[in-house]
Parts: sequence; C-alpha cells; structure tokens
Amino acid sequence: MATTEDRVVDASEVAAEVSRGNLLTEEMVLNVGPQHPATHGVFRLLATLDGEVLVNADPVIGYMHRGYEKLVEARDYRQITNLVSRMDWLSGINNELPLALALETLMEIEVPARAQYMRVAMCEMNRILNHLMFFASFGAELGAITPTFYAFREREDIQMAMEMTTGGRMHFGFFRPGGLKEDAPKGFFQQALKGVRQVIERLPDYENLLIGNEIFKQRTVNVGILPQDVAYSYGVSGPIARGSDISFDVRKDEPYSSYDHFDFNVHSAPNGDCFDRFWVLLHEVVESAKIVEQAIEGMPDGPIMGKVPRVVQAPKGEVYVRTENPLGELGMYLVSDGDRRPYRLKIRTPSYSNVSALPYVLKNTYVSDMIAILGSFFFVLGDIDR
Amino acid sequence: MPEIALTTWQILLLKVAVILVVVPMGALVGGYAEHKVMAHLQHRLGPMYPGGFHGWATTLADGIKFLFKEDIIPAAADRKVFSLAPAAIMVPIIMVYLVIPMDRTLVVEDLDVGIFYLLAISSLSTIGILMAGWSSANKYALIGALRSAAQLIAYELPIVLSAAAVAMLAGTLSLNGIVEAQNFPFILWPPGIGLALFLVFVTGAVAEMTRVPFDMPVAESEIITGPFTEYTGMRYIFSHMFAEMGHMVAFGGIATTLFLGGYRPIIPWEPLELIPGVVWFAAKTMMMIFLFLWIRPTFPRVREDQLQKFAWKFLIPVSLALILFTGAWVLYV
Repeated sequence: MATTEDRVVDASEVAAEVSRGNLLTEEMVLNVGPQHPATHGVFRLLATLDGEVLVNADPVIGYMHRGYEKLVEARDYRQITNLVSRMDWLSGINNELPLALALETLMEIEVPARAQYMRVAMCEMNRILNHLMFFASFGAELGAITPTFYAFREREDIQMAMEMTTGGRMHFGFFRPGGLKEDAPKGFFQQALKGVRQVIERLPDYENLLIGNEIFKQRTVNVGILPQDVAYSYGVSGPIARGSDISFDVRKDEPYSSYDHFDFNVHSAPNGDCFDRFWVLLHEVVESAKIVEQAIEGMPDGPIMGKVPRVVQAPKGEVYVRTENPLGELGMYLVSDGDRRPYRLKIRTPSYSNVSALPYVLKNTYVSDMIAILGSFFFVLGDIDR
Repeated sequence: MPEIALTTWQILLLKVAVILVVVPMGALVGGYAEHKVMAHLQHRLGPMYPGGFHGWATTLADGIKFLFKEDIIPAAADRKVFSLAPAAIMVPIIMVYLVIPMDRTLVVEDLDVGIFYLLAISSLSTIGILMAGWSSANKYALIGALRSAAQLIAYELPIVLSAAAVAMLAGTLSLNGIVEAQNFPFILWPPGIGLALFLVFVTGAVAEMTRVPFDMPVAESEIITGPFTEYTGMRYIFSHMFAEMGHMVAFGGIATTLFLGGYRPIIPWEPLELIPGVVWFAAKTMMMIFLFLWIRPTFPRVREDQLQKFAWKFLIPVSLALILFTGAWVLYV
C-alpha cells in the first residue's frame, strides 16, 4: 500500500499530473471501530478508502474474546447453561437449547412434550425479539430513526412474557438438561399470545415504513451482493444465507425439539443484496409469531422435566448438535470423558462465519454502503468473539 | 406621548440587540420543538422533567450543561483554525436574520438586494464547516467536511434558482418588496409554479441545513458527527446544534418571506390585519419549522452519489424549467 512516505509529492508534480488528466490521489486507511456507532460493539474494520470508495476492508475481531470454550471446561454442566446464554446476548435462550439437546442426546434423556413445546415457543419469541432489534438498528444505521421506537414498543410485550417466566430480560438461564427450570406461570400464555398477535398485526405497517420507502430501496437494492456460491464457501447461514437464495433452515431440514409439529415457511430471496437480507428477516418474524401461536394453542399437559439423574454427568462420548439460532446455524460439539464437566465444547457460532464473508462483500463499495452492509449482516459481537 | 428621538446608530444597536436575542431564542425553541415533535411522531413523550411543564427548559438545561463542559482541542489539531471554525459557522447564520422582515418595519436593514445578500451569506457557513473538518486532524471530520462542501455546491443552485424565480415574479430583490408584491393565496399563485418553486426551495433548504434525508455530512451512524467529531462543550453547541437550529429557523423565515407572504395575514380580510405582522410571521415560520422537523423521523438517509444525482439530474433541471415558466408567466399573463 502506498503511503505518503513512499512517494514524495510536490505541487508541480501534482499540477503536471492534473494537466495530463490524471488526478493524483492517495488512499487513506480509516479505522472503523473498535468504537463506532454502526458496529454495535467492539468490531473493528480496517477500511482502505479512495475518496468515498472502499478499496479494501479488513475486519479485525477478538476485542471481546472471553474464552468461553475454555471456561466451560472448568464448570459443571448446569453452570454452563448460564455461560452460553451470554454468547449471543440478543438471543440467550436460543443458545441454551443446543447445549441442552447435546446433553440429552449423550445421557439419553427423554424430554416431555410440554417442555419441548415450551422450548419452541420461547425460542421463537426470542427470535422475534432478536429480529425486531435488528429491524430497529438497520433503520437507525440508514438514518431512519423512527423504526427503532416502533420495534421497541413491539418487543416490550414479548419481553414481559419472557420475564414473567424466566425472571430475566436478556440472559434467561431457563433450559435444563431434560426440560425446563419451571413450568409457565399463570398468565404467560395470554401475555405471549398478546405479544405475538400484536407483531403479526403491526408488521405490515413497519414494512410500509421502511420497505415501501423509495430512499430505503435505493440504499439497499443491489447493494452488498453476496452471491450464492460465495455464501456457501464461507459457511454463511441464517437469514443472510437465505437472502442469498439458500433455502436452508435447520428447523425445517433437520427438525429438533418437535419443530416438525409446526407449520411454518422458510423464506428465501433471490438477489443476495441488503434489501433481500432485510426482507427475509422481516418475514421470519411473522413465521416465528405463527409458530408461537401454534405452540401455545397446542400446548400439551404433563411434566416439564424428564427423568434426569441427580448429578448431571454425561457418559463418555461425543455429539454434535446444531440448531437454528436467529442469526444462523449454531452448532455445539460436545466431547465428554464421563466427568461432570465437558472435556471439550466447541461452539460454532453463526455470526463468526457470517462476518467472514464481509471482506468479499465490502470490496469496492461506498462508505455509506459499508454501513448498510454491516447493518444487513446482522451480527452480534459476543457471538463472533465468544 | 412624547416622541423618543433616537439617532440612527442607536436604532441600529437596538435592532442588533433584538437580533442577538431572537437568534438564540429561536434556536432554543427550535431545539425543544425538535425533541417534542419527534417524540410524539414516534409514540414517545420526549423530555418531561426539566422546567416542570412538559420539560420546557430542556434545551436551556442542555445549553448550560454544554457551557460547563471542558473545551478539548486535539493535540494534532490546527489550534487557530479549530477555535475559529465555530464562529465562522455561527456568524453568517446570525447575519441572515438581518434582512428578514418580521413586520413591515421590524427589519434591521431592508436592503435593495436583500435576497441576493441572504443567499450569499447563508452559504458562507460552509467555509466554517470546511475549517472545522480540516483542522480537526480527524479522518471522519475530513470526510464530513468534503461531503458538506460537495453538498453545498449541489444544493445552493436549486435554492438560488427558485429564489430568482420569486424575485422575477415580484420584480424586486428587496425582501419587503417581495412580501408586498405577493398575491393571495401566496404559494398557490401563480397556479402550480408557486407550489413547485416552494417544494424545490424546501428540498434545497433541507439539504443546506444538512438534515435527514440529506444529512450525509454529519451522518452519525457513518462518520460520527462529521466535521464536528472532535468538538466539545460550547464549541460543539455553536458549531453543530446551535448552527443547525439557527439555520432551520432562518430557512423557516426565508421560506415564509419568499413563499408564504411573510408578515401578512393568510387571507385578505380586514379584521385579520389587526393581528400584528410579527405574529403572522412567527406563526408561519413555526409551521415551516414543523415541516422540517416532520421530515426527519420520516425518511432514511440518501447516499452521497444519490444525493448528487438527485441535485444535478433532477432538481436543477426542474428549477431551470420553472424559471422558464415563471418568465413566460411574467411576460404574458
């Protein structure tokens, strides 16, 4: 990369170049982050700029690395639930699910139907919370401030339902190997239904507010295109992959925790631009709301906890479990040597794989597009760095 | 009542004092209006506590808070230019108010070339923005300053062209003359052309104020606060908040004067003439400010190249065509 030191530029040289029709320009390296309003956390992007054009973009991650994969090796399985809940802080309960599933597979525990339905309902409510959050932040990044407040109004009712059950608003710590911590309290079902029905009812308004806006379309359509083959090669998953016409959803293709009992669609869009990713995200909200409705209406009676030994101790063995986190495929590879703690827990988080495609997408875009693309990649810093 | 005899200088000083009160008051009211209008458009209440009644003292409290903040000048900054930039931004904005007629006689100086002066002065503050961006020694500030300069060149033209058409209709460059020459019902006359000119002017004004959807120079999610990234305390208030509000009130006043009949009542009816002109002027300006505030929570931000395309390929041809129509109207109707 050329710097000012490499090449001495004096005024006459510039004037001569200009008269020949070649304007002498210098590339500039702009540090976007680790503290920047558009990166939702300590994400850093080394952006090489030529005027307003991004010549090259180099994401630097690791500012928030907390070493969860190592931390879990020194902790009891029941303590790990609360650790993994903090990885992707926007969808805590979705992180707890694969851990519970992995342990149940290893220990061969049968999870009662009520617990499974409750899990599905809560995961999908959490997905709505997460997606609405990204709906809010994507608007704010493009300069539209109003969607933020609308999204937070919708979040509140669902958030309250989650809170009355788990006691937490972000980190729930509610799933246990074998079932749930507690049964749903009185009024939970009504509150949850109220929340999701409101979302279904009001979502068309939000679509009109953003998707119907001409400026929004200009900012997102054909911006930051992620082709299908590139998405495959980087292991991109979740709404971002579905925005690139990859109709893959673990909930549908490898159903877990009774997802096959529910009727829902997997939306995908053909172009792979910012608009398509956002479109997929918004439509997933409705599907999730439908799943919550079905789960609550068909909620079976019965226990919420399977037969679990007093000491949670996985037998020797290994298992890989994957689930559909709101941001993509969340995989947990659990190796047990028969102890109360995991020998190794390798976590494959969706945001980590998703942001690896960023340099490809960000090449030769405008600075403003960079913000739109970062926003449309829907990543959570804690999920990248763990 | 004894006649109070004042010398020209005394009158001038009095008028300047009035302006120096009106501008900060306008900015304070504008800031408060921005808080509240935006809040209510977004189903929030906005500030409710400072001052007691619906948080009326919010902007006052904000101002006092900023007054006590430390004034930080970055080590790498060009100190002189950095310190001067807020003044270079503020002074032209205050000078705009000198020619805006708030009533038949309530104007500091009714210049014969009022509209010319106004358009020239109102774009001067971009020099201050460039100074701020360059002297901050910050890459974000530099990008913001360059965007600001590019935007000024693109959006000054539609404003000037639409104002020129208004001057053609009125047959004078004096702002008082323009107000007096306007026919009822102001912007709807001449039919179609008046409204189109008004829309072109408002679009240009929003861009010139660097507000959403044309707030690229200060886009907070992209380049922090653009040229003002390194400013703190009073300098920040003067260069950014105060300047934006001052600009907004000024453009509200200019639009009122050029298109909405300034200090004259909205319909030609004798009893309405009893209401002082300054009340009409204030009411119409408030309406314009509300329009500007309404735009902000409604739209996302456009991109830099789209902004330039919109100006050069759409707005400027349209305003040129409008000048043509206006000329035809003046000649043949």
